[in-house]
Amino acid sequence: MALYSKEFEVKARDFDSAGEVSSNLRAILKQLSLAPDIVRRSCIVCYEAEMNIIIHSYGGTIKIEIFEDRIRIIAEDTGPGIEDIELAMKEGYSTAPEEIREMGFGAGMGLPNIKANSDFMDIKSSKDGTVVVAEILF
Amino acid sequence: MGIKVENLLKKGFSLVAGEKGIDREIEGVYICDLLSWVMSHAKAKDAWITIQSHINVIAVALLSEISCVILPENVKLDEDAKAKAEEEGIPVLSFSGTSYEAAIILHEMMK
Ligand SMILES: Nc1ncnc2c1ncn2[C@@H]1O[C@H](COP(=O)(O)OP(=O)(O)OP(=O)(O)O)[C@@H](O)[C@H]1O
Ligand SMILES: [Mg+2]
Repeated sequence: MALYSKEFEVKARDFDSAGEVSSNLRAILKQLSLAPDIVRRSCIVCYEAEMNIIIHSYGGTIKIEIFEDRIRIIAEDTGPGIEDIELAMKEGYSTAPEEIREMGFGAGMGLPNIKANSDFMDIKSSKDGTVVVAEILF
Repeated sequence: MGIKVENLLKKGFSLVAGEKGIDREIEGVYICDLLSWVMSHAKAKDAWITIQSHINVIAVALLSEISCVILPENVKLDEDAKAKAEEEGIPVLSFSGTSYEAAIILHEMMK
């Protein structure tokens, strides 16, 4: 049973509130007095998942679950999905359009960052949507 | 030597926003304009030099726990980013020289 669970809506192309879910998560984790490294890694994972929904999807949600021994972050969207997950996981691979690259996104580092900062990661994707699940253990 | 964000104000850097945070310590410097690169490589307490000046920069700064954002070559901070920086107390400084020149000053000060 999760000790804490909350779902946040993330809108496509909503750059103005980008990072809001992650900032919320940071505040919650700080309140729980978790180790700085856990807070930092969780925030990186959440931020990258949040930005991917904003940049690459039609919109979705991020669900945060906190258990006694771990944090689980579930990012879910409604499409268009990732065609080749293995390719998408490679550092430097990005389909971000030019105007988004100019803002500093599209380094192709988001999914690799999620992988590197979590203890468990799973991606499922079809044209109807993508679900990224990541866990950080205490 | 330990330095604080406020020490930069005497060295040609001017405060654009985030006064609440000017007593933060700076322990290193990170220069990059790619946000997810900064997220994963910048260290807590780094001063971050970037030409990106939109609201997301403040979110990245907050999440990666950097000390301050430095905008070189008089890059102007977006208004909504300014408001967010004020709210979160993340100092944003403006500098007229290049990133390289800013880094040299920081290096000298931290010696
Ligand atoms: N939720 C998603 N829906 C559809 N495609 C996605 C999604 N997340 C990632 N992708 C695809 O995977 C690629 C790699 O994602 P990744 O987060 O690693 O890099 P990026 O978002 O392009 O750049 P960065 O994260 O460095 O700003 C994306 O360019 C995109 O093609
Ligand atoms: Mg990404």
